[in-house]
Amino acid sequence: MEWFRKAKSGIGTLIKKDTPADLWVKCDGCKEVLYRKELAQHLHVCDHCGHHFRIGAAEYVRILVDAGTWFPMDTTLRSVDPLKFVAKKKYKDSIQEAEKKTGAASGVLSGTGKIEGRPVALGVMDFRFIGGSMGSVEGEKIARVFRKALRDKVPAIIVSASGGARMQEGVLSLMQMASTSAEIARMRDAGLPFLSILTNPTMGGVTASFAMLGDVHIAEPGSLIGFAGERVIRETIRQQLPPGFQRAEFLLEKGFVDLIAPRPELKATVARVLGHLYPG
Amino acid sequence: MPVPKGPHLEFEQPVVELAMKIEDLLKTGTITDSDVKSLQGKKEALQKKISAKLTSWNRIELARRAGRPFTLDYVKSIFTDFVELHGDRRFGDDPAMVCGLARLGDQSVMIVGQQKGRDTKESIRRNFGMANPEGYRKALRCMIMAEKFGLPVISFIDTPGAFPGLGAEERGQGEAIAVNLMEMAVLRVPILAVVIGEGASGGALGIGVGDRLLMLENAWYGVISPESCSAILWGDSSKKQELSGTMKITADDLKALGVIDRIVPEPLGGAHWDPEAMYETLGAVLREEIAKLQGVNIDALLRKRAEKYAAMAKFAEK
Repeated sequence: MEWFRKAKSGIGTLIKKDTPADLWVKCDGCKEVLYRKELAQHLHVCDHCGHHFRIGAAEYVRILVDAGTWFPMDTTLRSVDPLKFVAKKKYKDSIQEAEKKTGAASGVLSGTGKIEGRPVALGVMDFRFIGGSMGSVEGEKIARVFRKALRDKVPAIIVSASGGARMQEGVLSLMQMASTSAEIARMRDAGLPFLSILTNPTMGGVTASFAMLGDVHIAEPGSLIGFAGERVIRETIRQQLPPGFQRAEFLLEKGFVDLIAPRPELKATVARVLGHLYPG
Repeated sequence: MPVPKGPHLEFEQPVVELAMKIEDLLKTGTITDSDVKSLQGKKEALQKKISAKLTSWNRIELARRAGRPFTLDYVKSIFTDFVELHGDRRFGDDPAMVCGLARLGDQSVMIVGQQKGRDTKESIRRNFGMANPEGYRKALRCMIMAEKFGLPVISFIDTPGAFPGLGAEERGQGEAIAVNLMEMAVLRVPILAVVIGEGASGGALGIGVGDRLLMLENAWYGVISPESCSAILWGDSSKKQELSGTMKITADDLKALGVIDRIVPEPLGGAHWDPEAMYETLGAVLREEIAKLQGVNIDALLRKRAEKYAAMAKFAEK
């Protein structure tokens, strides 16, 4: 790391905001130090070990949707605090912090766009918004993605990234599992494809609803996907979990995802599947 | 009515003492009828006073209390001609989920429900009412059979959660529950669900989607148990009592939120004080509810079911 500091203090060409921490990032997978700009060019996938860095909802839209075809929907939907939930933190404050952090009004970004020329309705969860948890707004926006797909007769795609149902909205969050799943039954009746893209992590009530109801399940490599959390399972069975447990590769082996697509191949994979299921 | 077996809950202790005193006096025969009546009156007044002051946490204690009727107790007392159906035709039979054909009045119905055990051995066999994926798949298989033969489905919810185990994850616990939610949303027969004890999270919802959702007075239903919520926020279960109020998990709370349709009153002190009275009350309610659902055209019923869940989200538009 010595050369690093020298470059900074010796020559002094770097402007202040370009601190090493901004320019370089250590890979969580292989500990390799990566150049941030290059990492972004590689869609935030480490070119040494293939580790997929977590990215936000807007980045998935950029990766999946053809330039200039994206029309966001339901951007004005906001969470309320139906239970007046106060625990360690006020729920209202958690929402405000999440809004500040993401610049979005909820944990789901949704809209319509084209994927290699094919029109779709798309919803993307953002893990940075209260752990991607599903409250009323998130459930409603996902249900509306399916309703939009049904109205426009186009495929629906959901990119999941979520710790599960949002406990701060109590049973109302639980009900979002039912309302989103119900729409998928209607997609089936209409003969419309639903592709579920599972990213790191997809857990709890999201796994136990729409994320596991796709015609095709596409997972990002290494993603944690499951129903119960690791801590809960460990405390229940009182033994260590096997390596790779609940990772995308484990689900592929157990038969719950159809295929694993590295992020750079995600868009082409989606387009190929849609080409077979819905060539219209 | 015999005094329910222990362990007793702290807040019911004064009533238990009084009830045991009455029992003793009756046994020895050294008491007049009018004295018995006055003591019974005193006991009831005490029970009313206690139940008026129950906290949300107390309700959870009641919902979990030993001696509370379980699914099969209701099935055997309210229904006739029960034929239990086993297995998911895929992997195995899950004793934590019971399914079967039964008759309510003269109407055949399909029963699905989680089952807890009375003693240690039975509790282990029933996995404490925590179903595995094969349990949810058995319930689904039976519900689809009910659709084929036009039988209404009655679901008894009583679970501390879907089982969080290695095998459950390997066999797709999430997928099993998800498929049930989707299929129950469009199942072309009436579905009546009743939370009789614990209704924890996706494990409860996995057999809980339907046209009418009822809840016994002292049952609880929520997205997560207060202990687990506390563990996530504080790393241990120490805040469970306060959280159980915050989380709005009682029948009254959920009726106010519009999530449940009807509260079924329990005998004074809770279902375990007088199970026979509980069976009678719930039996009458189920007969009434099923008759009402049977009277509605199935397409209208499905439309209403869809609208009900679509309207559950509470949000604002900026």
